[in-house]
Amino acid sequence: MGSLGQFTRSPGSNLMTAGVIGIALALPASFLLLLDNIQILTTGWQGQPHASLFLKRALDAGQVATLAQQIGARASVTQVRIITPEQGLQELRELSGFRDALTLLQSNPLPPVIEVEPRGTLTPVQVDALIDALAVLPSVEHIRLDRDWLRRLHAIMQLLQRAIWIVASLLGVTVILVVGNTIRLDIENRRDEIVIVKLIGATDAFVRRPFLYSGLRHGLAGGVLACLLVETGHLLLNGPASRLAGLYGSRFELTGIGFSGSFTLLGCGAFLGLVGSWLAVGRHLIAIEPR
Amino acid sequence: MIRLDGVGKRYPGGKDALRGVSLRIARGELAFVTGHSGAGKTTLLRLIPLLERPTRGQILIANVSLTRLPRRRIPLLRRGIGMIFQDHRLLNDRPVFDNVALPLIIAGAPHREIGRRVRAALDRVGLLDKERQYPVTLSSGEQQRVGIARAVVARPPILLADEPTGNLDPELSAEIMRLFERFNELGVTMLIASHDLTLIGCLGHRRLTLVDGALVDDGLGGCREI
Repeated sequence: MGSLGQFTRSPGSNLMTAGVIGIALALPASFLLLLDNIQILTTGWQGQPHASLFLKRALDAGQVATLAQQIGARASVTQVRIITPEQGLQELRELSGFRDALTLLQSNPLPPVIEVEPRGTLTPVQVDALIDALAVLPSVEHIRLDRDWLRRLHAIMQLLQRAIWIVASLLGVTVILVVGNTIRLDIENRRDEIVIVKLIGATDAFVRRPFLYSGLRHGLAGGVLACLLVETGHLLLNGPASRLAGLYGSRFELTGIGFSGSFTLLGCGAFLGLVGSWLAVGRHLIAIEPR
Repeated sequence: MIRLDGVGKRYPGGKDALRGVSLRIARGELAFVTGHSGAGKTTLLRLIPLLERPTRGQILIANVSLTRLPRRRIPLLRRGIGMIFQDHRLLNDRPVFDNVALPLIIAGAPHREIGRRVRAALDRVGLLDKERQYPVTLSSGEQQRVGIARAVVARPPILLADEPTGNLDPELSAEIMRLFERFNELGVTMLIASHDLTLIGCLGHRRLTLVDGALVDDGLGGCREI
């Protein structure tokens, strides 16, 4: 039943089907890609905030160094930095603009500080555990971390991700329905042909096969189109995004869909196309019997 | 080869198309089914490849009962039965060659084999030079011969023809009948439904006459003036 011939014979409607599938796949794919990029951006942008450990003022430089070494040896910590009271005062003078006011001080009021950078792969809960563990150290007077900011960001990202998955599932169902409908029309158009091949002894599998291939091809064509759309979007946005990042002093570049992403999109398209045609074939093909 | 035991077919609504038909057709036999339109000729022919199932009685093809033949076995049954229709039932968007090749493709014959056998079948019906043409460009008689080539290409042991000459003039009809006789000589069991008594009368083959779904006469046809 040469269904490849059938496909090339009506390129217009097939392109339209592929277009609908392509857009339906490209939308959630680009949202997920955007989210990925935001995640990359925020981790690069000190995504894990530094915890500042304000130590007891009585500690001398040696004790501070030993403590920093102990903290730095923890598996959950990537980096520690000691800020002596003198350095702290110096930074304050340079950054705060209170230069004149600070000169009035009789003695340095600042405590020694250890800045701790938690490992980037930690979840918010693990960061909390680390902070709690550091807070109970006897030499630590006070600890400060913008934990709420981190929590909120994670919550927003999770919300967005969930929302995108809901939209993606709905669009996946759309693809199945679109392919199913296309195949249903195809079956209707070729009803006579189906009747004749069944008359001369075609099995259900033989009749089903070209329609399943057709569904698979629609899905794959949609997947290819989706890849092209996402990649075009990426190329169009990459320049402006880099310029914007440049204004913030970052060398951030938008990540594209990549090889595995394209592969996943193609796979999704093919799978949904196959499911759609399978449903249509199961419902409509069996009903056609020679009369 | 074909055996019917008390076969009845009642359509929804209560109309009996066939009533208690029993008959046997031996291997290699050629038999005509005659009767007025509505007498049940078409129904009888449709029961053999299970295009419909009988409501009563049983049918045996090559000693296999069709009564409990599962749905998935029907295609195999149909591959052993060549069918020729009054309206040809050709695929009009495919050339003659593809139409004739269809049963071989369905049966999964190897590619080289297909070309050879399709040409042999077309040669037998005298259409070897038309294999690239589309059915609509052919005359009705030629289309019917394409249908016959398609029915015999897979060399089925049984051929069924439903009013194969219904649309043809007497000369073409006689030609088609001669073609059938030649297949029959090769050992094919044939059952041909036709209401054209003047045509089949003189051929001297077995004749089954149906009236209102019942078999009323089963005998050799002679050259009777009707």
